[in-house]
Amino acid sequence: MTEATSTSKINKPRQTIGEGPRTRLALIAVALVFLALMLIAPLVVVFFEAFSRGLGVYIDALAMPDTMSALQLTLLVAAIAVPANLVFGVAASWAIAKFEFKGKSFLLTLIDLPFAVSPVVSGLVFVLLFGANSVLGPWLADMGIQVLFAVPGIVIATIFITFPFVARELIPLMQQQGSSEEEAAVSLGAGGWRTFFLVTLPNVKWGLLYGVLLCNARAMGEFGAVSVVSGHIRGQTNTLPLHIEILYNDNKAAAAFAVASLLAMLALLTLAVKTLLEARFAGSLAAQRRH
Amino acid sequence: MQVRAEHISKHYASMAALDDVSLTVGSGELVALLGPSGSGKTTLLRTIAGLEMPDSGTVFYNDQDTSQMRIQDRGVGFVFQHYALFKHMKVMDNIAFGLRARKKDRPKEAEIRRRVMELLDLVQLSGLEGRFPSQLSGGQRQRVALARALAIEPSVLLLDEPFGALDARVRKDLRRWLREIHERTGHTTLFVTHDQEEALELADRVVVMSKGKIEQSATPDEIYDTPATPFVFSFIGESSVIPVAVGNGRATLDERVIDLEVGTLPDGPAQLYLRPEDVTMVTDGGPGIPGLVVSTRRIGGMRRVTIECGLARHRIEFDAPADIPISNSQRLQVRVIGGRVYGAGSEGYETEKLAASATSDFKWAKAEGWLDR
Repeated sequence: MTEATSTSKINKPRQTIGEGPRTRLALIAVALVFLALMLIAPLVVVFFEAFSRGLGVYIDALAMPDTMSALQLTLLVAAIAVPANLVFGVAASWAIAKFEFKGKSFLLTLIDLPFAVSPVVSGLVFVLLFGANSVLGPWLADMGIQVLFAVPGIVIATIFITFPFVARELIPLMQQQGSSEEEAAVSLGAGGWRTFFLVTLPNVKWGLLYGVLLCNARAMGEFGAVSVVSGHIRGQTNTLPLHIEILYNDNKAAAAFAVASLLAMLALLTLAVKTLLEARFAGSLAAQRRH
Repeated sequence: MQVRAEHISKHYASMAALDDVSLTVGSGELVALLGPSGSGKTTLLRTIAGLEMPDSGTVFYNDQDTSQMRIQDRGVGFVFQHYALFKHMKVMDNIAFGLRARKKDRPKEAEIRRRVMELLDLVQLSGLEGRFPSQLSGGQRQRVALARALAIEPSVLLLDEPFGALDARVRKDLRRWLREIHERTGHTTLFVTHDQEEALELADRVVVMSKGKIEQSATPDEIYDTPATPFVFSFIGESSVIPVAVGNGRATLDERVIDLEVGTLPDGPAQLYLRPEDVTMVTDGGPGIPGLVVSTRRIGGMRRVTIECGLARHRIEFDAPADIPISNSQRLQVRVIGGRVYGAGSEGYETEKLAASATSDFKWAKAEGWLDR
């Protein structure tokens, strides 16, 4: 009798962790429905609407000079903002994770500020800082530099908005890794730069890549703050998101969605690059995580 | 090279990690810093390395003041408890790191390779130079870490709980092996441990620390045989503590005289510290302290007996021959043939930490170095 019981137990191992099959199915279904509604459906709609008036309208919308200049401006802004935030983010994380100093928690809070403040408010802050009635604005204007309603303003606003991405990604990673490898490096005679490039950077390169990709996605997609500082000058200070809004407000829905699909493709491309790199270097990634 | 730390103090927040500590490590000496966690031993080691700055006090290498020296120029070989190997570098590049980092007289790449191979041979890891740290066992990693530290021909070798993260078997092997390396290379070596067995077996001199102060600095024999303080007595080896009264130059327990030196202790209450071998069972019917057996355990060829004696039922542990049958609740007599008496108000290790449940199991765990890990 006891033998029979034990055999049946072997055949049907009781799961100690986890739910019954029905609960599990229900949970999976809820997750899938949510995913489909909130993530996949909007993406499909964008592409569907973009091609709703045919391929001709789609290509015309993309070939418009205004669209082209908006694309150029968006890429230019990202090309400046992302490297800048790469440097700032790495420097800030390095300082926060590896050193003890007064005001550290204050600095941490400060880094989160762009996430906490509404982008519109951030934009308004820069209008106040560089506007005609401010101290800085007229002074810079005298020197022939126009910040507001020009490319510099858009770049500054974008840098501000996207600042936390790299730092937020790196700080927990660096803190978790501690500083003993760095201590080992300096005790072996390596200077600060050598330690940073040979020890610290290789240890965080995947987190850094992820932070940079997120930062890039947001830099290209930022609307609120850029909208306030750009002035919406067609063909000059319109980034892709601003251009989409203008098209949409002009009742050119198909054109708006066509440009939107371009922006969406840029985002998908970013994600594809990330996935590809991760797959390509999966081996070394696993070797590092095993530690 | 001789290392001398003078009057080092270091505070974290309001807690004193090091309180006016002075320590000299002679050239070529192998010294252990031993103490429970929080005793300041690691802080002292890191201060000597230059990884921590003391609030006050100075560290001298030979007679050179190091307070203005960069850590890169100190030439310390530091070995970390968790190895701190560079994960993304192969063993070869890990060991070569210090040589390649040299600004002046950096050896040629071929020379570096040759040196790395030599060191790999020394740490008995030849053939593993192409592996990544993640492909090595814990013991192998720690040996790579040691080879990496030795590669820069350090003037002093500092090891922070080098075997703390390894299992018991590997730890014992590496201990013997570190001793051999030390004898071959002759580096001035200072290592931190909480494992008394490791300290006593490996070191020329053991420095016992507690609460940011040095309790005793002496050879392993002296540490065990003549502990300077109750803390050292109870931290090293196994011990029982019973309160006694000192009067007329003698110690008494419930008015029974215990035949022990009490030195210059003033009359009044005192503490008697006993090791298991300081107590024997009375078998010839002579005078002794009566006790009640509360537990017995077999340890190797002996039987470890715990008895309660005196009016306050103090517990004493001692070893009896295994062939004498002793059972719980048995009454017997014991005689004190050793041990040390310390004045009242002095604190041992256990009385701080384990007073609430000073059961024999705890002591056994401590003796095996299981606590504080």
